[in-house]
Amino acid sequence: MKIYPKDAKCKDLAIGGIIPEAGTAAEFETGSWRSQRPVFDDEKCINCLFCWIYCPDSAVTVKDGKRTGVDLKACKGCGICARECPPKAGAIKMVPEQEFRK
Amino acid sequence: MADKLIVAKTGNEAMAEAMRQINPDVCAAYPITPATEIMQIFARFVADGQVKTNLVTVESEHSAMSACIGASAAGTRVMTATSSQGLALMYEMLYIVAGLRLPIVMSDVNRTISAPINIHCDHGDTMGGRDAGWIQIFSENAQEAYDNLIHAVRIAEDPEVRLPAMVTTDGFIISHGMETMEMYDTARVQKFIGEFKPAYSVLDTEHPITVGAIDLFDFYFEHKRSQVLAMSKVKPVILKVAEEFNKEFKRNYGLFEAYCMDDAELVIVVLGSTAGTAKVAIDRLRASGVKAGMLKIRVFRPFPEKEIADKLRSARAVAILDRSEGMADTGGPLFAEVRAALYDSDKRPLAVDYIYGLGGRDINVEHIKSVYADLDRIARSKKIDKTISYINVRE
Repeated sequence: MKIYPKDAKCKDLAIGGIIPEAGTAAEFETGSWRSQRPVFDDEKCINCLFCWIYCPDSAVTVKDGKRTGVDLKACKGCGICARECPPKAGAIKMVPEQEFRK
Repeated sequence: MADKLIVAKTGNEAMAEAMRQINPDVCAAYPITPATEIMQIFARFVADGQVKTNLVTVESEHSAMSACIGASAAGTRVMTATSSQGLALMYEMLYIVAGLRLPIVMSDVNRTISAPINIHCDHGDTMGGRDAGWIQIFSENAQEAYDNLIHAVRIAEDPEVRLPAMVTTDGFIISHGMETMEMYDTARVQKFIGEFKPAYSVLDTEHPITVGAIDLFDFYFEHKRSQVLAMSKVKPVILKVAEEFNKEFKRNYGLFEAYCMDDAELVIVVLGSTAGTAKVAIDRLRASGVKAGMLKIRVFRPFPEKEIADKLRSARAVAILDRSEGMADTGGPLFAEVRAALYDSDKRPLAVDYIYGLGGRDINVEHIKSVYADLDRIARSKKIDKTISYINVRE
């Protein structure tokens, strides 16, 4: 069990609201909170991985030392990645979510 | 040490002695009149090596209860003591202790709440925490304060319960008044409370957990409902612990004490030390043929609603004595709850409220006898002229 099923009853829950397992933050989908989405320009990206380091939700995905994308189930659109992306690269733009719903 | 030792102790000394015998792992506390002495005496036990307790001195009661939470969540047995404004400063943490289901046991020496500032007894401080999710046990005297603390450890830590417990004494009246009482052998007390087995520990690295995680509309309600379900299991545990205590130490306790209640027609309901004064009044009234009785509520949280209603069924008139104001203009909290308990009863006695003793204002035998005189009039006329009265106030 990583997290409780949505229909878990009182008797199914651990005492005192504790989470009786480690590493469950990944199961908590904060992506639904997002009002802005980070969009990466692969041409401009210098692969410094500042976005990966600073992301508070570990939403920036990396494989073999290279940035591969953003996990939108986790990204809550805080914009820290866009702020920390070196200005000379300027590879990340925060785009309002409604742009993707047209 | 003899099986039982007859000693002269104040309420504060009695509570400190109980803490010495319980020997908790951690105490975090901040001094406040009239509870200061409990921790002052206990600090000496720590310094003298009579207990193994880690005593944490902090900068406020908010910090005291916060440190208690940390220590309890780390799986240790935790106790503290406070009073009045100190309890008020703990308010935020009281709910957290209960919500995290940490069986912390605290002495609360009843003192009124400012303003105006006053260091003397009423139950306003404890009543402020009555919805916080703590078990609340009132004591009539030093003996009960000592016994109740020992009970409280067992009750709070019961696997069915796992809720914090507050044991109260009336400030100065009991906390600083000396009387004789019986103390039990320390080894027997420790055997009675047993070893503390925490429900969880943040220090258990084999089983990593998160304590205090955010809990929104999806599970918060289930967690709070679970907390109420735990509270609903407290009464039978209190009675079970009382039975075992009686077997071991020969002193009988229940959810309340019914004094001269078998044939009582005129009944008062009280909390704390006033019960002692009331017993004197009842004995005198009984000698002149008045069928007076008293229900002394020991357990205020959980509130023994059905049991109280059942005990009051045969009364003709009942006076509830409140040593605190609810400031709702509808009487005190004990009145509100006792009257609500009677609502579903098939036989409801007439019930009135008396607010008394705020800020330590004295209540004596004559005051209580005058309450019984009022009850007699109410019972005869079957009519209530005044639902809420104030004893011994100039107005």
